[in-house]
Amino acid sequence: MSTIEMPKPDQSVLDRKAQIVEALCKVLPSDSVIFDEHETRAYECDGLTAYRCPPLVAVLPRTSQECAAAMRVCHDLNVTVVPRGAGTSLAGGALPTADCVILGTARLKDVLEVDYDNRIIRVQTGVTNLSVTGLVEDDGFFYAPDPSSQLACAIAGNIAMNSGGAHCLKYGVTTNNLLGVKMVMADGEIVEIGGGAMDAPGLDLLGLICGSEGQLGIVTEATLRILPKPEGARPVLIGFDSAETAGECVGNIIKSGVLPVAIEYMDRPCIRVVENFAKAGYPLCEALLIVEVEGSDGEIEDQLSRITKIAQELNPVEMRVSESDEQSALIWKGRKSAFGAMGQINDYMCLDGTVPVSELPYTLKRIGELSKQHGLDVANVFHAGDGNMHPLILFDANKPGEQEKAEAFGFDILRTCVDVGGCLTGEHGVGVEKRDLMTYQFNTEDLEGQMQVKDVFDPTWLLNPSKVFPLQVSAQRRAGPG
Amino acid sequence: MTAFAAPTTEMAVSDAVRAANAQHTALRIIAGGTRGGIGRPSFDVERLDISGVTGITRYEPGALTLEAKAGTPIAEIEAALDAENQMLAFEPMDHRAVMGTQGTPTIGGVVACNVSGPRRFISGACRDFLLGVRFVDGQGRVIKNGGRVMKNVTGLDLTKLVCGSFGTLGVLTQVALKVLPRPERSATLQFQDVTEAEAVGIFCKAVSTPFEVNGAAWQNGTAMLRVEGLDTQVSYRLGALQKRFQGANPSVLEGEAHRDLWTGIRDICAFAQTEDTIWKVSLRPTAAPAFIAAVQARFNASAVLDQGGGVVWLAVPSAVSDQAAVVRDLVPAGNGHATLIRGSTDLRLAVPVFHPQHPRLAQIAEGLRAQFDPNGILNSGLMAA
Repeated sequence: MSTIEMPKPDQSVLDRKAQIVEALCKVLPSDSVIFDEHETRAYECDGLTAYRCPPLVAVLPRTSQECAAAMRVCHDLNVTVVPRGAGTSLAGGALPTADCVILGTARLKDVLEVDYDNRIIRVQTGVTNLSVTGLVEDDGFFYAPDPSSQLACAIAGNIAMNSGGAHCLKYGVTTNNLLGVKMVMADGEIVEIGGGAMDAPGLDLLGLICGSEGQLGIVTEATLRILPKPEGARPVLIGFDSAETAGECVGNIIKSGVLPVAIEYMDRPCIRVVENFAKAGYPLCEALLIVEVEGSDGEIEDQLSRITKIAQELNPVEMRVSESDEQSALIWKGRKSAFGAMGQINDYMCLDGTVPVSELPYTLKRIGELSKQHGLDVANVFHAGDGNMHPLILFDANKPGEQEKAEAFGFDILRTCVDVGGCLTGEHGVGVEKRDLMTYQFNTEDLEGQMQVKDVFDPTWLLNPSKVFPLQVSAQRRAGPG
Repeated sequence: MTAFAAPTTEMAVSDAVRAANAQHTALRIIAGGTRGGIGRPSFDVERLDISGVTGITRYEPGALTLEAKAGTPIAEIEAALDAENQMLAFEPMDHRAVMGTQGTPTIGGVVACNVSGPRRFISGACRDFLLGVRFVDGQGRVIKNGGRVMKNVTGLDLTKLVCGSFGTLGVLTQVALKVLPRPERSATLQFQDVTEAEAVGIFCKAVSTPFEVNGAAWQNGTAMLRVEGLDTQVSYRLGALQKRFQGANPSVLEGEAHRDLWTGIRDICAFAQTEDTIWKVSLRPTAAPAFIAAVQARFNASAVLDQGGGVVWLAVPSAVSDQAAVVRDLVPAGNGHATLIRGSTDLRLAVPVFHPQHPRLAQIAEGLRAQFDPNGILNSGLMAA
């Protein structure tokens, strides 16, 4: 049923399974090597569940040295390695092939250093995103990137995908909050890049590694920036009767000099489903904005009054400023349950393109047209402040052909994002999901330049080789020099 | 340095680089020429002048994004942003005063050298605001990466790689930047008669509050904390910080003098008039006082602290011959590095300008340069360690 192709497994590797397992068992504790066919099934997919394939072996090292030893074995035996964090990727970044070794960070759980004076935390990368904030919040700090999977997702995967979240407008994404890494190279050497000091010397290899989807190395430790928690935060909910007006409102708020910490957007189909599910009291209108600001009570008051004044000029159908923590929770309740609510009534596919903020209304209109054309419904809920859209395509996974239909619709939406000056993925990554669209955004030389960088880090293309670059484009490199 | 070409379009840049590559002509990329004194000097090079590749190509204030060709003067960009009450939040340093140069600083130079300023430790560096680039590599290939949207994880981030590569991977032709609203009001608390160690103590305490201190510097015995934002925010934050530092009784500075103060810190004007050699040392803020003391125990050196103590600017009398080795020895290993910003040609030939890296990282950098500039014609050797 699937339309995304994966390379055929290398029979010679499959035939050598016993040898590979034996070599891995020699360098790792026995409970760290998983090769039983029932047990490897636990690693057959990530968040992109439509695609599954158990790996040959999975290894779960506890230290950087163990990780390096496992990597060296795979390098010496010429076996491909698919790095895996918590396995929450929606793009199939951790999707195995039958001839690969999954190298998981799940047991890299140590907290190595908390340095409040310098606002730094150093952790092994198997810790979850939310637990980093959990470690420091009693002392008044937090870790800013907050992907919606933050309860489950690991820092390793956050770094691999350069994860974002709802609060990027103010705090940036992972790459802006990452100060250093310890990384295992494709040949098993351990290197350290960056650290407690800003702007490491030489080329910005840290910037290159963040978002490289596990194709340049395996990050085992990370030095992260922590920030003091704001005193408070409060949202205002604003409803409009057209996408254009909502888009204008977003632009006007940003231009006014107020910098909200989040501007979230929901369209009518989304509001309807969410309201049924969460009873958040949302008005059923064309476009709903949730704009949140931070600070002390007085600072919040001032920012919200400026925002409501701007919105008022555009005749909103509803405007509700939160007056209490309870009201704030209610306003956010609908937004936060959007994906769950949608999942209750339908199978859905969550997309992740970004468009220039000025192109939001046009893109929404175009998505509506494409929805009719493909005969599938779509709901939109996304981060409007930075143009990162998450159209949810609704379909029935049990109906033959619907998955393919939904994928085709999704591809059309992502092409639209590129057409208006945006990109294929804002925070989920390319993985396998958007791999075959890369030639739409990049020409041959753009992609060649990127692959040449991988050549330097991983000359034989052992690390996550079937991702990001269309198979045809990477074919010669993946075959290896021999 | 003889002129090789002065193209005015990306295609002409590509043609020029192709021609240079075919003849193995080593090029020095130049636009405003205000930062040419940074890096290892080279001889027998010809000038590729891209100051003619200029102009803002797109500015969308409502999307907080601006696109410009690489040779566009910073002043032109700042004037356009100013008209919409916006700014380059990474506060790029103007090197003219300290380098003794004349020309016109350009956005291409800022991006190529990843130039930032006092707000860097809170808001991010140039590389954090760079959304996308177009560049011509050493073979004349035009490569684009990133884009003009704020969230973009499509493919490998060559944008960051090129930023701060000092023209050794490619000739920038166009850049896209995230911009931010200009604060309605800015003010600074000044603490008189404090030592470096006391200053860093003030910084660590202040930056750990929720009051969004975005400037923290020390020079001539005065520690400074800057707050910015909407009028009400600044009033509130000043009051809250004054309460936290009740005993110290800091004074408040605003207005034109305030702006000049931070421009001076940004551009290290304190050292501009000296003949000293200037180092930029990055380390953990709490390590700064001991580092400065250790340097001063070895020779006479003046220091200015910026970015909450994470950056130490050192001025060392140029006659001190072993200064590079001493400074780099005293930087905490693995947690700091020292870059030679202003030094004589002899010194820049004798010691690495950029802090030497672990051999494997140096090997990766060399590998990357070989991919994009196989004949080593672009600013060759400038970053050599």
